[in-house]
Amino acid sequence: MGQSSSAKTLYQKIYASHVVGKLNPSTDLLYVDRHLIHEVTSPQAFSGLKLAKRSVRRPDLTFATMDHNVSTQRRSLDAAGETSRKQLEALAANCAENNIPLLDLTHPDQGIVHVIGPEQGLTQPGMIIVCGDSHTSTHGAFGALAFGIGTSEVEHVLATQTLPQQQAKTLKIEINGELSAHVTPKDVILAVIGQLGTAGGNGFVAEFCGSAIRGMSMEGRMTLCNMSIEMGAKAGLIAPDETTFAYIQGKAHAPKADHWQAAVAYWQSLYSDADAVFDKTVVLNASSITPQITWGTNPEQVIAIDQSVPAPSSFADATKRDAASRALDYMGLVPGQKLTDCNVDVVFIGSCTNSRIEDLRAAASVVKGKKVAAGVRALVVPGSGVVKRQAESEGLAAVFKDAGFEWREPGCSMCLGMNDDRVEAGQRCASTSNRNFEGRQGRGARTHLVSPAMAAAAAIAGKFVNVAAVNDKGDWA
Amino acid sequence: MSQIFAQGLVCPLDKNNVDTDQIIPKQFLTSVSRDGFAEAMFYDWRYLADGAPNPEFVINKPEYQGASILLTRDNFGCGSSREHAPWAIQQYGFNVIIAHSFADIFFNNSVNNGMLLICLSKTNIELLFNRCAQGPQQWQIDLQSQEILFGNNAAMGFNIDGDIKQRLLSGLDFIGSSEQLNPQIADYEQSRKASQPWLG
Repeated sequence: MGQSSSAKTLYQKIYASHVVGKLNPSTDLLYVDRHLIHEVTSPQAFSGLKLAKRSVRRPDLTFATMDHNVSTQRRSLDAAGETSRKQLEALAANCAENNIPLLDLTHPDQGIVHVIGPEQGLTQPGMIIVCGDSHTSTHGAFGALAFGIGTSEVEHVLATQTLPQQQAKTLKIEINGELSAHVTPKDVILAVIGQLGTAGGNGFVAEFCGSAIRGMSMEGRMTLCNMSIEMGAKAGLIAPDETTFAYIQGKAHAPKADHWQAAVAYWQSLYSDADAVFDKTVVLNASSITPQITWGTNPEQVIAIDQSVPAPSSFADATKRDAASRALDYMGLVPGQKLTDCNVDVVFIGSCTNSRIEDLRAAASVVKGKKVAAGVRALVVPGSGVVKRQAESEGLAAVFKDAGFEWREPGCSMCLGMNDDRVEAGQRCASTSNRNFEGRQGRGARTHLVSPAMAAAAAIAGKFVNVAAVNDKGDWA
Repeated sequence: MSQIFAQGLVCPLDKNNVDTDQIIPKQFLTSVSRDGFAEAMFYDWRYLADGAPNPEFVINKPEYQGASILLTRDNFGCGSSREHAPWAIQQYGFNVIIAHSFADIFFNNSVNNGMLLICLSKTNIELLFNRCAQGPQQWQIDLQSQEILFGNNAAMGFNIDGDIKQRLLSGLDFIGSSEQLNPQIADYEQSRKASQPWLG
């Protein structure tokens, strides 16, 4: 791959250090350091294990939470319906039977799997982390190779603590410069996906680098890596640095004092060598990125908030033209329209993309002292119990509640409508989540992906606004 | 040498970026079973709001009933990691999907269920859609020779990763194959504990 045999990318270093053996000429068996599980994609894996009389090899490296199906309105297992209750109970039973730690609904730190992993110190640089959820790419923010797997693979990892893999190609995404005020990592990743397309990362592991990335907090880096999957990348990666180490230190499952120095010394070796060769490189200027918003039904159908909805005829590719036309139809939009002329019905601030403390701070700073517009239903769903308590102690929860937002318990909520939160057919939703697919938030729901600040501003204005174009009175043009 | 992996009627689904939320919507993911997903496949496209089949959707057309080969375009299966997506497609009756490209997780999930996913150039995908436009097609898929056989000695070749081909032809147990490396897994765990004791 590389020009010189010794120069390696970060991905190649992590891959090489986890090879247990060769299964086939191009397939390696890789060791998995951390296996995160949740209720939706694990029950069939446990049944499969039982059927084959296999046991869980490393329950101590496995960690479970309840998130997709739980109600964020009240904390009972049946609050999101009977089948959800059965699935949640199955997870609890499977964890108890196999000695797997579980953050269930009674645990104060319960939350979305990709929020609690880092929060509990389970996510560490250099690890291979898998989970039966595509947004596992989030953990790449720590310089871990983290990716989503299917249920057959969950079963494979439970049984062997390994996974067959082939080397992916490497993609370097370099973002230099400084972000403008009110422009967030969410806008950066939406702009990247807009440029590369939803399939642009297929077959690649993407490494984000450059001065804009170095300047980001861990929360921001997680948002970036979280949505790597939305361009099809197998994983997103960011080399760990002092920001990373500072975040991890002291967390419940972080290396303890006797191992801390050794762990940090190892983590400091985790970067792409200067002369490592990537299969593809993309360079962006942070200062040219403005607040983004999706107009269509996949995340590459995105524009800056001050741009107009494109005409299908503006796409050179026939299939993109066709997709744009279908998307406009579904979204109830016409070419040339400004999204700043569109009213919103629902505002959702939450999900594994944007439910961390920094996201809530950004949203609260926009909301403070204002009221949610009449007719808008707005909710804030913190990513975990830890985030919730922190937001309450900082007074953010009060800001949201005073403004008329619903303040919820932790969970996936309206990101995917698998629970008791849904967007109704034809309703327009400003959402901080990661997917604007048809029907994702509810059949016929119209999702516009935005940053927490943009979503908060839409809740106040009752329509989409450019949060960066704030006037002296604190309102938007 | 030839080995027919699958044969049957082809259903052309002329769409790009078919995502897993379309293949199987979330309300069907609360099951703890591995079966019973066939009816849920493409639910929002396949059924009207009142639950009646949507006659406009290609899967519902009389000429494609009983199809076992699905033809589609770019980036099929993008989105979530839900294995319920290939389960639904397989349980409906498709064991082969032909497309220009697939999302990685969906691809692995399908192979892990013994399905054959064939990637072809955009030009060849167009040729296959043109064939379908002429009337219902019955094709055979020869995995050994890596060919789609159209009948009358017409065929189109395809590439496939050697390891995946071997797995599909041998039908080896996914976990069982890896367990043959159990001694190496134990060795790896020992050296891991020695060099990075904080990992447990």
